[in-house]
Amino acid sequence: MPKDNQDYRAGAHLDVRSLTKRYAGRTVLDAVNLRIEPGEFVAVVGRSGCGKSTLLRAIAGLELPDAGQVKIGGGGQKPETRMMFQDARLLPWKTVLQNVALGLKDGAERARAALRSVGLLDRADDWPAALSGGQRQRVALARALVHEPQLLLLDEPLGALDALTRIEMQQLIETLWTARGFTAVLVTHDVQEAVVLADRILLIEQGRLALDLDVGLARPRARGSVEFGGLEQNVLDRVLQTHQSA
Amino acid sequence: MANAAPSANWRAIAPWIVPLLILLGWEASSRAGWLSTRILPEPLAVAKAFGDLAVSGELWTHLRVSLWRAAAGFGLGAALGLALGLLNGSSRRAATLLDTTVQMVRNIPALALIPLVILWFGIDEAAKLFLLSVGVFFPVYLNTFHGIRSVDAGLIEMARSYGLSGWALYRDVILPGALPSILVGVRFSLGLVWVLLIVAETISAQAGIGYMTMNAREFLQTDVVLVGVLLYALLGKAADLAARGLERRFLRWNPAYR
Repeated sequence: MPKDNQDYRAGAHLDVRSLTKRYAGRTVLDAVNLRIEPGEFVAVVGRSGCGKSTLLRAIAGLELPDAGQVKIGGGGQKPETRMMFQDARLLPWKTVLQNVALGLKDGAERARAALRSVGLLDRADDWPAALSGGQRQRVALARALVHEPQLLLLDEPLGALDALTRIEMQQLIETLWTARGFTAVLVTHDVQEAVVLADRILLIEQGRLALDLDVGLARPRARGSVEFGGLEQNVLDRVLQTHQSA
Repeated sequence: MANAAPSANWRAIAPWIVPLLILLGWEASSRAGWLSTRILPEPLAVAKAFGDLAVSGELWTHLRVSLWRAAAGFGLGAALGLALGLLNGSSRRAATLLDTTVQMVRNIPALALIPLVILWFGIDEAAKLFLLSVGVFFPVYLNTFHGIRSVDAGLIEMARSYGLSGWALYRDVILPGALPSILVGVRFSLGLVWVLLIVAETISAQAGIGYMTMNAREFLQTDVVLVGVLLYALLGKAADLAARGLERRFLRWNPAYR
C-alpha cells in the first residue's frame, strides 16, 4: 500500500432509533436501536432473511422505514454516506475510470487516485466486462472511496468472491479503513469475516438485535490464533442456536 | 497433402465453389438453349444490363429515388417509434394510457392498409411514406419500450445513490442500458423497410427500382427485372451491414458485439 498522508474527513456518528420495517404485514425490522461511534467498524451477521440487509438499506436511505428514524452525523451538514452492493453494479458501458468518476464533476484526477489506492490504476481504460469479480468489487470500492465517505455501508460485498480473493479484499478494506478512519457497517453471513474486520459484531434474528459483542483482538488479526478461533466459534454457535430453536 | 488440415486459403475459397458452379451451370444451360430468356436470362446478359443502365445513368436515378424513399420512411417511422417508446418506457402514466392502443394497432399488417392508403393519399409519394413509416414504427417502438423497461433496476438504484437524477440518469444509465434492445429494433426495421418499399413501388411509381422492374416486365426485359431484384438484395445487405456497424460502434463495451 502506498503511504498517504492526506487528511480525511472524520467518521460519522450513526444513531438508529426504534427502526421498524414491514413488508406485506411481515415485520422485517422490529424496533431496532443502534448507536455506532465515529470511526467504528461494525459487522452485522445473521441468517439470510433475518433483516440485516434491510437494516443497511434503511440506513442508506434506500428503504423508507415504517417507524423510527436513522440519524447520521451530529447535525449540521449531511455526512457523505456511500454504499457497496453485493454485485459491483458497475455501468458496463463506461470504462473503469468513468465508473469511479460517476457523479463527480471534473473528477478524473480524484478517480485516478482512488483507483491507485485499490491497485487498479493500470485498468483505468478497460471495460468492466474485462475484469474479474474481485477486480470489479475493488473498482466499486474505489467508486465509494472517491467521495471520501464518512460512513461506508457494505452489503455483503465479498459474498460472491472466492476464498483467496475474499481475504485479499478484507485486507484492502481494513488498510483503507485504518488510513481514512470512516465509520463502516458491514453486513455479512461469513462469521470469520466479521471477526477479522469488526470492532463490534451485531447479530440480528427475526428483526431484532440479539447480540452485541465487542471484539477486543489486536489488528491485524491472525486467523489461526486461539482467541480468534474461540470468538468465531462463539458467534457461530450463537447464530446456529437460533437456527435450531426456530 | 490428402491428410493435411484445411488451410486458410481453402477455407477462404471453399464457400464460393458451389455458387460459382451454379452460376456456370446457369450460363451453360442458357447458351445450350435449355433456358428461355423469357424465363431466365443468362448471367452475362444480367451483368450487361447492369452495365448499360449504369452507363446511361438510368440506374442511379432509380437508385437515388428508392434510397430517398427508404431513408425518409425509415427516418420518420423510427423517430416516432423511438420517441413514443422512450415516453412509454419512462412514464408509467403514459404507458397505461397509450400502450394498449399501440398494441392493438400493431396487429394490423401495414400492407393490409394498402387499399385505404390509396384512397387517403392517392398513389404518390405520401402513400409510400405512410406505408414505410407505419411498418418501421412498431418494431422500433416495441424494442425501445422493452429496452427501457428492462434496464437493470440495481444499476438505477446505484446511480441514484451516487447522486444521478433527471437527464444525467437518463443519459448515463437508462439510455445506454436500453440501447442493445433499441438497436435490435433498428436492425429489424432496416430489413423490413426494403420489403415494404418493394411492395409500395410495385403498386405504382414514376421512378425507383420497383418502377424500373415493373416497366421492364411489360417489355419482357427479364435481364432488367433481375438487375432490380439484385439491387434490392444488395441494398438490404448494405442496410444490415450498417446496422451491425452501429451495434459494433455503440455496444463496444459488450463482449458479445466485439
